[in-house]
Amino acid sequence: MLRIDAGGLHYRLLNQQIRDAVRNGETEFVLDNVNGQRYIGTGLESANIRITINGVPGNDLAAFMSGPEITVWGNAQDGVGNTMNAGKVVVHGAAGDVLGYGMRGGKLFIRGNVGYRVGIHMKEYRDMMPVLVVGGTAGAFFGEYMAGGRLVLLGLDRPDGAPLAGDYLGTGMHGGVIYLRGRPDESTLGKEVKLFDLDESDWAFLEPLLEEFCRYYGREFAEVRGADFCKLIPVSHRPYGRLYTP
Amino acid sequence: MRGYLPPEYLVHIDHGKCRRCGNCVRNCAFGALQFEHGAWQQIMRIFQHGQDDLQQVFDKIKENVPDRVVADHHKCVQCHYCVTHCPEGAISVQPNPLAYRGNYHWQPHHLKNIWLQAETGGKLLTGAGNDKTYFSYFDHMVLDACQVTNPSIDPLREPMELRTYLGSRPDALEFESGPDGPVLKTKLAPAVRLETPLVFAGMSYGAVSLNAHKALAMAAKACGILMNTGEGGLHTDLYPYADWIMVQVASGRFGIDPDYLRRGVAVEIKIGQGAKPGIGGHLPGEKVDEEVSRTRMIPVGSDALSPAPHHDIYSIEDLSQLIYALKEATEYTKPVAVKIAAVHNVAAIASGIARAGADIITIDGFRGGTGATPLIIRDHVGIPIEMALAAVDDRLRQEGIRNRVSLVASGGIRHSGDVAKAIALGADAVAIGTAALIAMGCRLCQKCYTGNCNWGIATQKPELTARLDPERAAERLVNLIRGWSLELKEILGALGLNAVESLRGSRLRLRGIGLSESDLRVLGIKNAGVGA
Amino acid sequence: MREGMVRIPSGCAISGIISTKGIRFNGEAITRSIACMHERANGLGGGFVGYGIYPAYRDLYALHLMYETAQARTDTEEYLGRHFTVHQAEPIPTRKTAGVGEAPMLWRYFVWPKEESEDGADRDGDDYVTAFVMTVNGRIPGAFVFSSGRNMGVFKGVGFPADIARFFRLEEYEGYMWVSHGRFPTNTPGWWGGAHPLGILDWSVVHNGEVSSYGINKRYLEMFGYCLELQTDTEVIAYLFDLLHRRHGVPLDLVCRALTAPFWKDIDRYEERERAVYTALRRVYGSAMLNGPFSIIVAFNGTMLGLNDRIKLRPMVCGRKDHFILMGSEESALREAVGDLDAVWNIRAGERFIARLEEGVTV
Repeated sequence: MLRIDAGGLHYRLLNQQIRDAVRNGETEFVLDNVNGQRYIGTGLESANIRITINGVPGNDLAAFMSGPEITVWGNAQDGVGNTMNAGKVVVHGAAGDVLGYGMRGGKLFIRGNVGYRVGIHMKEYRDMMPVLVVGGTAGAFFGEYMAGGRLVLLGLDRPDGAPLAGDYLGTGMHGGVIYLRGRPDESTLGKEVKLFDLDESDWAFLEPLLEEFCRYYGREFAEVRGADFCKLIPVSHRPYGRLYTP
Repeated sequence: MRGYLPPEYLVHIDHGKCRRCGNCVRNCAFGALQFEHGAWQQIMRIFQHGQDDLQQVFDKIKENVPDRVVADHHKCVQCHYCVTHCPEGAISVQPNPLAYRGNYHWQPHHLKNIWLQAETGGKLLTGAGNDKTYFSYFDHMVLDACQVTNPSIDPLREPMELRTYLGSRPDALEFESGPDGPVLKTKLAPAVRLETPLVFAGMSYGAVSLNAHKALAMAAKACGILMNTGEGGLHTDLYPYADWIMVQVASGRFGIDPDYLRRGVAVEIKIGQGAKPGIGGHLPGEKVDEEVSRTRMIPVGSDALSPAPHHDIYSIEDLSQLIYALKEATEYTKPVAVKIAAVHNVAAIASGIARAGADIITIDGFRGGTGATPLIIRDHVGIPIEMALAAVDDRLRQEGIRNRVSLVASGGIRHSGDVAKAIALGADAVAIGTAALIAMGCRLCQKCYTGNCNWGIATQKPELTARLDPERAAERLVNLIRGWSLELKEILGALGLNAVESLRGSRLRLRGIGLSESDLRVLGIKNAGVGA
Repeated sequence: MREGMVRIPSGCAISGIISTKGIRFNGEAITRSIACMHERANGLGGGFVGYGIYPAYRDLYALHLMYETAQARTDTEEYLGRHFTVHQAEPIPTRKTAGVGEAPMLWRYFVWPKEESEDGADRDGDDYVTAFVMTVNGRIPGAFVFSSGRNMGVFKGVGFPADIARFFRLEEYEGYMWVSHGRFPTNTPGWWGGAHPLGILDWSVVHNGEVSSYGINKRYLEMFGYCLELQTDTEVIAYLFDLLHRRHGVPLDLVCRALTAPFWKDIDRYEERERAVYTALRRVYGSAMLNGPFSIIVAFNGTMLGLNDRIKLRPMVCGRKDHFILMGSEESALREAVGDLDAVWNIRAGERFIARLEEGVTV
């Protein structure tokens, strides 16, 4: 295991150290005093790498990442899992805007709330299925342009009356599924999506995922599972077909 | 749907010459040519792969059954595929001479577009680049030549250098002395070497066919230049050419994984393009076949939407964040380029991009092409590359940061004269897209978005893509690059220069003809007749 | 019409002599040498630079100025007094000479920068003097600094070189190194400042040919704050040496190679160290490369450097006689200066030849 005190260290040096160590066969990393260092895990490819971050990592955590598993003991900022390919990020706190942008595979777990445009343009491909689970609430444009994968928004512990998600939920969505714990106001939905009840296959997918979520964050599975879930799916795979004149 | 629209072109078949071989009928993906009698068509279909004896039967029938090729003029897009491939030379295509009442303000294309929209209620789509009558600054600039006071150079017999590097440069170099002589101390940023100051513009696999992509890649390797994947991923068939490929990262993030980023010699962030500044892209699901799916890493048949902006870039510091994310992902071994459309504030934007850490800036003028764009955007948004390039080069020099970036200019470059003028205005290299497609056969019919490209370029239909032989198309591209490079050497020689860097940014070697004072000022050139 | 308003192509003769032992000799030899190439000039510009000519003031900056009006002198001297301690101010001695037309007022000043400048900027003397030259030449109408180094001086004007030498009484100066220039401008500059050599600080440049890459060389220098008033190649060359050598610290040899870069086909064959050096030089200093025909003599304290363009479009001959090294456009000019030569050779395309004072010689 390599333990790095990241306090005051520029991201470029920190990430270079990590890459060099990976090249020398290191697989376990603990980064202490992280505060704002960008691009941790960015572009790393090996599946057996584990990185524990103590502090608040900077933007683009795990961007283009393909394999490693990152645990953040703290909040995360913007751009977690940007164009991520595989691997996992577990954030023990909240996270910012534009999480999982263009993400093609792997999993993101966020314990708390997330910001705007989360899960935007997620896509899936063959056996690659990106999954993003949010324990708290989300800002507007959740799942915008979504082309594949699964977004799960739980809205746990939110104050009374606080909305599960912001406006334009799933706008432009043309693939994938958004699972919601609770019912959003229909007026906030993007015009390309509709709400449906969950069927058995949905639960078959969702239950293990919720168990995993509960395991990370010490929640009671029954409590999380025991609420009214619904799903949002696109009504057309060609939402923009009729806008153009040949 | 025909509605009020008259056909744009009239197809004429010379029935005296036509031997009813059926080539044109089979070939026209737009369905503009048919045999008059349907039965004939069926017979033809049965026998088209006929064995010898069947062929004889077929020929017999052909001689005896009266039929002829007729055209549905409405469907003709004047792509000339039938004209070029008719063995008898029996087909010609003319513009429909149908008279419109002369009206300077209401041109026929305005009327036709209104009829079309009145019938469909949609946005007008088009392909290729802005074809309207905007003033061309290239056509109002002329190059210098040497006479007496300094000599011209003969490029056929004396050295003439076009090699160009794309990448960031420091302002100054440091050396230290070594046992065998000075040793370079400065660590240079990564750069890409071009043997001639030309690259192929970004065009995605999806927008163009795999054969077109292969041809571009093969030609880039043969010429020592670059092709650019556009936003469509890198097909495995192109891996052998990866050292001559710039991989693109655009807003849809299609086909991007660490392997993709590492394979290319440079990574380009595409913010915008001249044909559709500020507009996203949309590859319809029907073009996403198995191969496109594999390359873009999206399911077969799903629409590939590229958002208008990158949703991780809402500001210049966000661009910097993505630039450095890509540098981290490629471990600072590759130059990162940023491509923008030429818009009004392009100089300030480019300056910001240079300061954000980009190594190369590509500026695409409003004549730049595309596979699909709303016509109203293509024809009315953005500014000419000549103006944008001059403004950017000036601004970067005023700010003292011109060395930090290489500039690539694109958008309607038609010949080596345009290339030389762009270089004199300040471009390090010039990107060509439309010209490369024309070399492969494109007739600029502007129907790329239909997916029916008869030339096998802008289509994914197997029967059409098969028409483009990548080897042959690559050869044509190599010929074009070679021809332009020879001409560039000719121009340099006339200018008395034997290396392209001595022309780069040398505005003194340009003069304007028929330009206004403010045009001259923006271009930073003098009027013809005014000496040095 | 005057120099700076338009760009005037010129042909030329150039010539230079250095005593590598630092022995000082008067201006007659260099005058004979350049006069020998009378046919290469047309009487519209001649000039000289002598090094080691002001031993009494060797540590002070010797500023040579030309004034077109009394007002220009008043303004300049007022400005000069504010920024420099003036140890000596005097008209440059001249004599009436047939063939030399009306001269501007010619003055020289031996000065040292005041410790505290008004703007409080912390600059070394060279930067300080450079800034002064740029300001006077750019902002004070009718005033022009044409020499600004230490223990050296430029003398130049409109006329044939031999007449200019007589006019400035060069036989009365003794220097260890002299460089001269006879000009064949295509137009009438009508202005003494436009004659050559052109200098900044101790650097002076004479040059034969028209640099075809002038346009980009100029824009490149402008990016680094140089203000190209004269629109001449010589000015560009002087500033390129200043930028690359003095400001960027590139070794002189490599500065020469940046300006006359080796061809890529040769670079591709070099061993790795050299290839890295020259590839970097071409990538970074491509806009500084001088393209087109030229032969140049660059002089600065103790050193005379001859440089030819990449494909040798202009002539340049070198010679040696005892402790003298000579360079010039024609062999005859070298012989005219010192008689028979011990050795004579041509320098090749893109090649530089450097003549220096011998080790340990001080001047």
